[in-house]
Amino acid sequence: MARAVTTQHKTIATVAAWIVALLIFFPILYTIITSFKSEQEAIQGFALIPSGTFESYTEVQAQSGYFKFFFNSVLLSVGSTVLALLVAIPAAWSMAFSPTKRTKDILMWMLSTKMMPAVAVLFPIYLIFRDTGLLDSRIGLMVMLMLINLPIVVWMLYTYFREIPGEILEAARMDGASLWNEIIYVLTPMAVPGIASTMLLNIILAWNEAFWTIRLTTTEAAPLTAFISSFSSPQGLFWAKLSAASTLAIAPILIMGWFSQKQLVRGLTFGAVK
Amino acid sequence: MGNITLKNVSKSFGSTVIIPGIDLVIENGEFVVFVGPSGCGKSTLLRLIAGLEDTSGGTINIDGRDVTGEAPAKRKLAMVFQSYALYPHMTVAKNIAFPLKMAGEDQATIDRKVKDAARVLNLTNYLERRPGQLSGGQRQRVAIGRAIVRQPSAFLFDEPLSNLDAALRGTMRLEISELHHQLKTTMIYVTHDQVEAMTMADKIVVLNAGNIEQVGSPMELYKTPRNLFVAGFIGSPKMNLVEGAPAAKYSAKTIGIRPEHMQISTTAGEWKATVGVAEHLGSDTFLHVQADGVGPLTVRADGELAVHHGDTIYLTPDKAKLHRFGPDGKAMAT
Repeated sequence: MARAVTTQHKTIATVAAWIVALLIFFPILYTIITSFKSEQEAIQGFALIPSGTFESYTEVQAQSGYFKFFFNSVLLSVGSTVLALLVAIPAAWSMAFSPTKRTKDILMWMLSTKMMPAVAVLFPIYLIFRDTGLLDSRIGLMVMLMLINLPIVVWMLYTYFREIPGEILEAARMDGASLWNEIIYVLTPMAVPGIASTMLLNIILAWNEAFWTIRLTTTEAAPLTAFISSFSSPQGLFWAKLSAASTLAIAPILIMGWFSQKQLVRGLTFGAVK
Repeated sequence: MGNITLKNVSKSFGSTVIIPGIDLVIENGEFVVFVGPSGCGKSTLLRLIAGLEDTSGGTINIDGRDVTGEAPAKRKLAMVFQSYALYPHMTVAKNIAFPLKMAGEDQATIDRKVKDAARVLNLTNYLERRPGQLSGGQRQRVAIGRAIVRQPSAFLFDEPLSNLDAALRGTMRLEISELHHQLKTTMIYVTHDQVEAMTMADKIVVLNAGNIEQVGSPMELYKTPRNLFVAGFIGSPKMNLVEGAPAAKYSAKTIGIRPEHMQISTTAGEWKATVGVAEHLGSDTFLHVQADGVGPLTVRADGELAVHHGDTIYLTPDKAKLHRFGPDGKAMAT
């Protein structure tokens, strides 16, 4: 009997999980479906089967030039992530392995900057960008994206490094490893999974960032977020084109996320599950 | 060689003094155990010798060479950690080979030495596994293997058995002692377990609050503890310490009598006592009694002794084995 109940519970749980997953995924799915409809079909009402036309895609590309935005997105997300890692790895390392009395306070302070709404600093940041000539520049936006994600990157790396027992580093020292050998043979192999998942998450966060990327760019440095928003413009709403643009914008990151999901889940749950 | 000499070695963390100043000589080939309660500074002292902590004062000599300011790697010491501290991403073979690789040995020598160490430690069948796939005892053997391949001048053990269960601890204790007989290399072993100290050591260093209370062979410490701390720390079950009138009778502030040094009678004796809990271990029986005018005592009796909760017995301490301590807590001349 006990076994039957368990199986029943399992089935219910599985069905419930599928329903929740579908509900969460449905907007994305419907966006993809709509992108294969004509403009007329799109405004006609709810329909799950599209006519299968590619006209929205061709128009979107002809009208706005998808690849320039795509290139900017790649450059900004990868560039800001590399910058963030360059700053965050030494920071997290020193906080994890030689903590001081103030380490926790510094970490909390860094995190507290994420609690502030971005709009609160829009004017000062905008003015700084304007006066330093960084508006609509890739470098400026890269630094901006790096700064807004830095607290999360430092926290993730800190949590990950904290899990590397200090005794292992001491053992390496006793075994005759120089600092350089310690880094190459012991530290890096143990830290690579953590760095990799932090990197993946940060690329996704930077890719999806829409507040600053839309406000601090016009044409030159504009990434895919600006590309999407340009389709809800004064000319009116074009659902099919907007959907095609959105699909094109999320596709690369969705594909990357799909292939790296194992690494990502591990990265997001470390510390919680051992 | 493995002569280690500490001269007035001290350690403070900020304003907190962990070790005020220690002098100690460890001879080549000795098995020395640092024992004491937690927080007594025994692990810190070991780490100072290893070079993992910097000294605040004093000098450390290894084989006549002042190594006080030298990096751990240059001291030619090997250390086995409490958590094993194996490299999780390397196989057993690579873990053991790591110090040899760091020393720049050629691959053929590394392979030979790793195989030798694996044979000594019964690890031959596990060389290609990773630490995560091994049991606690096997991991500890790998840690020891990593230490022995380097042929260091001394081994340092930092509570290496405390993560193992009781049965395995007993086995590993024997294995480490056996290894010491084979290698005849100096070993310094830190533990809070006085049984490990008594069974393994050539020389025990009893530490308390960063000071050495007494240094001596296990039997010296057992027979002639220099003060109340050592008397209470060495021996299992603990020595009974009695103050007041029964001690005054022996012209002492405190008297100490070990559980095994009292005669038990059901008819007459010096102290009348009521039996509380009787622990029957088979070979021995430990009686926890309440003696009139003396207080709670632990008595070691024959395993066959048939006494039960609430029985009255009479105890007579063996005068030749009675320890007397003065008001300063130090042992008085007998």
